[in-house]
Amino acid sequence: MKVIDCPHIGKRPMSEFVYGHEVREMPKPSEASDKEWADYVFSRDGAPGVKKEWWHHVPSGIWFVFERDTLTDKFIRLVDIAEVQYEL
Amino acid sequence: MPYRLLKYAFKNPEELGDPRYFDQPEKLKSSYDVVIIGGGGHGLACAYYLARDFGITNVAVLEQGYVGGGNTGRNTTIVRSNYLTPEGVKFYDESLKLYLDLSDDLDINLMYSTRGHFTLAHSDSAMRTSRWRAETNKHLGIDSEVVDRQFIKNEVPYLDLDCGGTHPIMGALYHGPGAVARHDAVAWGYGRAANVRGVEIHQKTQVTGIKTNDDGTKVVGVETNRGFVQAGKVISMVAGSSPRITSMVGLKTPIEIFPLQACVTEPVKPFMDTIIVSGSLHCYVSQSSRGEMVMGASADPQELHSTRSSFDFVEGLTDQMMDLLPFTGGLRLMRQWAGMCDMTPDFAPIMGKTPIDNFYLDGGWGTWGFKATPVSGKTMAYTVANDKVHDLIKPFGLDRFDTYKLVGEKGAASVGH
Repeated sequence: MKVIDCPHIGKRPMSEFVYGHEVREMPKPSEASDKEWADYVFSRDGAPGVKKEWWHHVPSGIWFVFERDTLTDKFIRLVDIAEVQYEL
Repeated sequence: MPYRLLKYAFKNPEELGDPRYFDQPEKLKSSYDVVIIGGGGHGLACAYYLARDFGITNVAVLEQGYVGGGNTGRNTTIVRSNYLTPEGVKFYDESLKLYLDLSDDLDINLMYSTRGHFTLAHSDSAMRTSRWRAETNKHLGIDSEVVDRQFIKNEVPYLDLDCGGTHPIMGALYHGPGAVARHDAVAWGYGRAANVRGVEIHQKTQVTGIKTNDDGTKVVGVETNRGFVQAGKVISMVAGSSPRITSMVGLKTPIEIFPLQACVTEPVKPFMDTIIVSGSLHCYVSQSSRGEMVMGASADPQELHSTRSSFDFVEGLTDQMMDLLPFTGGLRLMRQWAGMCDMTPDFAPIMGKTPIDNFYLDGGWGTWGFKATPVSGKTMAYTVANDKVHDLIKPFGLDRFDTYKLVGEKGAASVGH
């Protein structure tokens, strides 16, 4: 069983988490062109690397952002939400 | 000690009348008309059709590992055409037809075996999808129909129709032409047939970069771990490594990599000649010609570029499988493995030309690539030889995402691969 070590809730089995995909910044819907919007909706950085990702801990209902290496499946650190915040 | 056997270990296999399937050329040429990245089924099929149908033989197939060692050797070998969209149904049915006489064509026994394919429905919504698929299939001339519990009971008597009482089966989508084939032989057969026609197959040759002209609009060659080669045209046919290749030319795609796991049990007497898929229980099973139960589920939930196996997968799969086929609880698992799937948002492939001249993409094969091997090779060869997208693959272009014209194949491809 794979375990995720989270400073807030301790070591929890990975099966308690739901993967929420990579953190990405949404362009302003009123300003983005159709092409830019399609790019946001569909295009992904599919190459392996260290990525910031949303993970939902289901029992506690909390969303976390973790940095994970998608080549080795190692969870590197919990990301402070302030790092990924942006103006809507 | 059988000394007479030992002496064979030191002999060249060719002297023993057992020639290698393809040459192992020592050097790469400095230039090829077409470079195919990826020596799996798709890449070798494309090389074969380029040589056979279009007379293009100055072709190199570059494979980072060994032939058929990627997803070609990791899938669960199912061939079917009962998809959901008319675009998908037409495309996969052309592939199934090519498979039917492929053993003769390639002079190799592919052990192609028509089994009949059941997609079980345990809910009203699953019955609705089955009916939808059956009607689309029949409209396009494909043998596909919705069947009731009695029909399933007659055909698959060892199935628990009530699935332990928790998920009673209401009916199924039945696809008579559903088949299995020996996947390695498909790659070897295409490889040999391409090699005989002059195509070079370079194993252990990894592409490390792709060279374009100064403004990045046209591909001119590839960098490999064995040096630079000039290329008239470059085709990426690498399945689970697609994003690594497209990032070399700065091409954005929706492709993300998720592992798909599978496993086999110890061999038992042949008793099950059908392929069983259950979308609601997230599992599928068939019996190989050796007697092993070949089982799999849907892809892993998170992105990962690795072929590691997990115990969570086996635990989840066997739990569901015992609801479906209770006697499997007495079988032992023999092997488990994983492949890296290049998933797309609409569960359809991404094929054809790209915004970069002379660079062609055949990717997004997710969990549905093996059955498409012949038709993918054939249509990509046409596309590359004529620089014109083949009609059958027009709906699968990369540009469909810019215009929101998705193919919507998830209902027929997410569990039953």
